[in-house]
Amino acid sequence: MSVTRVRRWLPGLLLVAPSIVAIAVFVYGMLGWNFRLAMTDKHDEISEGGFVGLENFIGIWDQQRWHLSVNHAIVFTAVFVGGALVLGWLLAFLMEKGIRGEGTFRAIYLFPMAISFVATGVVWRWLMNSGTGERAVGLNRLLDGLGLESLQWQWFRDPDWGMAAMAVPAIWQMSGYVMALFLAGFRGVPEDLREAARVDGCTEWKVYRHIVLPMLRPVTLSALIILGHISLKAFDLIVAVSGKQIITDVPAVFMWVAVFDSHDPAKGATIAAYIVIAVSIFVIPYLIWSLRKERR
Amino acid sequence: MRRRWMAAVAVTVAGLLTLTACGDGGDAAQSPQADAKKKVEVFSWWTGPGEADGLKAMKEIFEKQNTGLTFFDAAVAGGSGDKARALLATKLQADTPPDTFQGHAGAELQGYIKAGDLEPVNFLYDELKLREVFPQQLVDQISVNGQIYSVPVNIHRSNVMWFSPAVLKEAGVTEVPATIEDFVAALEKVKKTGKVPLSIGSEWTVVHLLESVLLGSLGTEAYNNLWTAGSDWSGPAMTKALNDFKTIMSYAGDPQDDWQPAAKQVADGQAAFTIMGDWAYGYFHNPPDGGLGKTSKTDFDWAPSPGTGGTFMWLSDSFTLPKGAPNKDGAVAWLKVAASKEGQDAFNPKKGSIPARKDADTSLYTDYLADALKDWGSNKLAGSIQHGVTVNDAWRTAINEAVGLFQQSQDVAALQSALAEAAKNSGQ
Repeated sequence: MSVTRVRRWLPGLLLVAPSIVAIAVFVYGMLGWNFRLAMTDKHDEISEGGFVGLENFIGIWDQQRWHLSVNHAIVFTAVFVGGALVLGWLLAFLMEKGIRGEGTFRAIYLFPMAISFVATGVVWRWLMNSGTGERAVGLNRLLDGLGLESLQWQWFRDPDWGMAAMAVPAIWQMSGYVMALFLAGFRGVPEDLREAARVDGCTEWKVYRHIVLPMLRPVTLSALIILGHISLKAFDLIVAVSGKQIITDVPAVFMWVAVFDSHDPAKGATIAAYIVIAVSIFVIPYLIWSLRKERR
Repeated sequence: MRRRWMAAVAVTVAGLLTLTACGDGGDAAQSPQADAKKKVEVFSWWTGPGEADGLKAMKEIFEKQNTGLTFFDAAVAGGSGDKARALLATKLQADTPPDTFQGHAGAELQGYIKAGDLEPVNFLYDELKLREVFPQQLVDQISVNGQIYSVPVNIHRSNVMWFSPAVLKEAGVTEVPATIEDFVAALEKVKKTGKVPLSIGSEWTVVHLLESVLLGSLGTEAYNNLWTAGSDWSGPAMTKALNDFKTIMSYAGDPQDDWQPAAKQVADGQAAFTIMGDWAYGYFHNPPDGGLGKTSKTDFDWAPSPGTGGTFMWLSDSFTLPKGAPNKDGAVAWLKVAASKEGQDAFNPKKGSIPARKDADTSLYTDYLADALKDWGSNKLAGSIQHGVTVNDAWRTAINEAVGLFQQSQDVAALQSALAEAAKNSGQ
């Protein structure tokens, strides 16, 4: 091999080598280690742990708490992703219609993203206080002041729809980001296409339905992937709002309790493995899709 | 071309250095520095009103007696210490323990001892003749095979019912309920007035309530047997106790964030009863901002939780000497203060607990604390569940899980089988 050829690729490789090593060790190495741990019976910190195959992965479905936390994660994801997409789209749509002071509004809607989920959680814990009637504070107090007492409810402490309430702060935080994505998407639709459609006699609604929305599909997909994987990993927001109570249990919180309170590393690793699998169901099709698009 | 090469190598080296720096960080923090030698990191969960004041009082004595040392408060907020213990577990696993940490005497501490995280402190017991001043049962709970592993600072009582005399009067409850039947009747009367009959906090306060109901319904002997080989979690007595628990829980108000807001509902006359450990006394009684500044017997009052009169359900906070403590001498100096009569008499009146030492100055303990001191000497004893006396971390977590699921389902049979399962799997 000639020296000139080596000279061409070696500097580049050297530049990326540290991050390749770091990712190999700290991401894929740890991931592999976690899956290995999940397949052992290391149910306390002291024992060695022998290989048991998929026993932990199957056994966890016998636990009531696991079903509960999976259901909670599904409700949270559905409400959060749906809510953030709809609200973000709506905001972007209004912006796109050429509102006055657009820059200011855009900044206002994006600001919540700059706050950490923990800070958001602490504030919303107070806002979503479950006291009603005379003891109402936060949002329930606001409803009381507006004469809407009948709308007061338990928020995240509601046994059936608590997780939907838990998604509210997440929607509040992320819809501005979705708005920014959609706004870029809207701006990417060439004006002459819309003009052409209008000349052909399309109503404004039809222009959106048949021209703009189909062209927003890639943006919608990206937003869906980003929100979906945030939602499945949700931990900080939930812990900041309610701690590790069963009423708002999700897999990530269950994992934390399994490792640090139950002192059961294998169980924690099993839950972690399920979270990774759930996230990859979202992410891998997206990666394949975007790779294909790049090749085209 | 050469310049490009140089740049590439420089960036690579910088990258590798950053990578390796991640590994070195831990050691660098532990390397002996002039400052680190003097600092004593004391890990606790005493951040709430009352308890933080007590810690401060002990800190002042410590710094006065050890002029070369500074006290570093590594307290993590959260009642009952559940958040603090999760952080502590990571610190211990990473072999970067604090100089000394707070642990509940009993099964909870046994977990640390079995994992080899603690050093015995027998030398301190010999030097300060501590075996003579601590009650025997307490020393047994913090020892394994003759080795003692911690220094208890205080004794708390778990089975205390706090109530608002004004709300009871309004509801027409003339006698403080002494049995579970009387208690349910009183709760029913309060419910009719529109006040909250029983205030509760987050999930762990409900487990705290459960331990008092179990003790009251099963009786002291059967309760203490739950933690022995002859335990009966599946029998009819337990079914009855759990049904009592369900009945009592049906009178509970909206769950509050933690025990303090729940206790405040009683102090403010919004709720009639709350069952909480006697750390609530300091919160009720201490002047603001540390407490609510309420007057005992008029604004709030207390009694043993229903059915548990004559039994003292105890728990004890103790300090330990972790293996590999960065400043061992400093930690030992702290343990000496924590064990001393002066330290305990400064800490406990503020914290609202009684000293673990038998020779404390009784004149300092007035009002509720005088009652507690008297009962500690004369009552039958039982150990707390939620506060780590009778069950280890794993078992306690399983009980918490069962109670959390019960709060959703209200299914007594499922709760009982989950509790029986937890006892079977505990390996204790």
